[in-house]
Amino acid sequence: MNEREQDFLASDIPTDILRKMYVMMVKIRKFEEKVSELLISSKEIITPCHLYIGEEAVATGVCSNLEEDDYVFSTHRSHGHFIAKGGSLKALMAELYCKKTGCSKGKGGSMHVASAEIGLPGSSAIVGGITPIASGVALAFSMQKKDTISVAFFGDGAAHEGVFYEALNFASLKKLPVIFVCENNLYCTHLPIAACLADTNIYKKAEAFGMPGVRIDGNNVMEVYKVARRAIEDARSGKGPTLIECMTYRWRGHVGPYDDLDKGLRSKEELDYWMNRCPIKMLERFLIENGIMSESERDQIHKAVSGEVEEAVKFARESPYPDENDLLHDVFK
Amino acid sequence: MRKITYAEAVNEALRQIIERDVRVFLIGQGVTSPWYVGSTTVGLINRFGPERIIDTPTSENCITGVALGAALAGMRPILCYPRMDFMYYAMDQIANHIANWHYMFGGQLSVPMTLWSIINRGGEQAAQHSQATQAIFVHIPGLKVVMPSTPYDAKGLLFASIKEDNPVVFVDDRWLYHHEGEVPEELYSVPIGKGVIRREGEDVTVVATSYMVYEAIEASENLDKEGIDVEVLDLRSLKPLDENLLLKSVRKTGRLVIVDGGWKTCGVSAEISARIAENDVFRSLRAPIIRVTLPDTPAPASSALEKVYYPRAERIVAAVRKILEK
Repeated sequence: MNEREQDFLASDIPTDILRKMYVMMVKIRKFEEKVSELLISSKEIITPCHLYIGEEAVATGVCSNLEEDDYVFSTHRSHGHFIAKGGSLKALMAELYCKKTGCSKGKGGSMHVASAEIGLPGSSAIVGGITPIASGVALAFSMQKKDTISVAFFGDGAAHEGVFYEALNFASLKKLPVIFVCENNLYCTHLPIAACLADTNIYKKAEAFGMPGVRIDGNNVMEVYKVARRAIEDARSGKGPTLIECMTYRWRGHVGPYDDLDKGLRSKEELDYWMNRCPIKMLERFLIENGIMSESERDQIHKAVSGEVEEAVKFARESPYPDENDLLHDVFK
Repeated sequence: MRKITYAEAVNEALRQIIERDVRVFLIGQGVTSPWYVGSTTVGLINRFGPERIIDTPTSENCITGVALGAALAGMRPILCYPRMDFMYYAMDQIANHIANWHYMFGGQLSVPMTLWSIINRGGEQAAQHSQATQAIFVHIPGLKVVMPSTPYDAKGLLFASIKEDNPVVFVDDRWLYHHEGEVPEELYSVPIGKGVIRREGEDVTVVATSYMVYEAIEASENLDKEGIDVEVLDLRSLKPLDENLLLKSVRKTGRLVIVDGGWKTCGVSAEISARIAENDVFRSLRAPIIRVTLPDTPAPASSALEKVYYPRAERIVAAVRKILEK
């Protein structure tokens, strides 16, 4: 991306939102880096963690357009969405520790975070599983004559699932206020996308269902923000759903803290290419070069966020585990 | 009291429930069809319109997820599967999502929805349009399962299911639809998890649900002529199961014949047997338990085979005679 394009994209994004998005991405990154560190150095976190490092711009760019009563649904790679929608780092970290104070009381773990109060009513580790659920929320919102919308975040693997296509069809058929945000990180667990899809242009699937589909740079938070904004406005005004395919990359393997290079699943060149396109560095450069954020402000942000993450770890460590009696609770309301 | 058919009771319940609560809506394949779900939804589309009576593409898995999402957003959907067989397409949403949602997120969000499914056996419809898969849903933690037999219970259990804050699988059998019974005009609830004694007796307990209750009653009337006094217990709910009523009856009679319209292996009848075997009441059994179920085979098409596939009163009569020989 050249400077002129960035200027164009940034032109009508208020600077306070640009700064907030920067803080949010740093928050997600530092949280995930801490989780990664803990996964390597200690046995404190056992639940399988699918890290969001490298993909921060997607959740941040989309969620920065949302209100608290808009709903988002997440996947097994849930931490970024939870944080971007306004979730508490303490409640999230405690859930990774599977403690009673976790957002899901230690019953969900990393793949099943939810917080009703921030508008994240659940995340599913069944690939594609949340696409109809998010559509159902949108159906309810339209029946209730609300102008709230719902967002489904999912990976490219969802495009291998039949239910994804059923959901696109139903959402478009009923003109539902739902946004389908595909985080195309080029791999489904260990398998590259070209080994999975006969046509790897996921955004084009929308056309078959008579709805708009667009592919964007998922590492450019300004582009994500602006494209999501338009889609969300359309959804709110009754124009129906949009499929946004965000091209991005996870720096770590499918699950866990390591990069999978030693397993021969992908090349160092590929990883280097994407790390050079770090979504946080890209925005940081823009903010500093345009005088929106100073270097010392940046350092303050990093320091404050690190402190917040450390507090979350402390909270999680000191929290109690679920009581054995909790095992049988919550099966039914 | 006035008498109406089971199908009319379901229709009336749907109409009254949708009328009184703006959160309730009906969704699923065939809900605006004049024949697909018997006459149970006749007139609803004209009364409530397509916003609340939503006929859908087949897409069972998707539509099940849609209903779940709507429930999370404050609605109380009634989701219709015109053939129970079609629920297999939706098993991911039912078993992985709906059933787990409350537990998996630490009790934050419940899923108040009714999964209304219809067993459609007979008529040479064969293996994919005839299945009675209630045991599968009973097996999954987080789901409640009800199977009414009378028009009264159909209306009352449907209302109870919709008022329930948890997902309820409400199972109908098309063979029930023409049965008549007394049904109050106003709405009322039949409690989920409570069985009822349909006929008191001293010699043998016959426990059944749904359509099989009628076969059990017919059997008990035939046996009465031979001087055999059968107690017929209609469970009405399979989960939660009215274990107290079951144990009390078996303690009294000392003999148990279990009748279920599903398969034998790992079926509802196996669960009921196990409940007895695990309890002290086991000691009061005077003969081994007998199960009257479908054989462990898919449903055949030919009427000649259906005749032996579906258990009828004669098989219950034979089972009761056999249990008394011991």
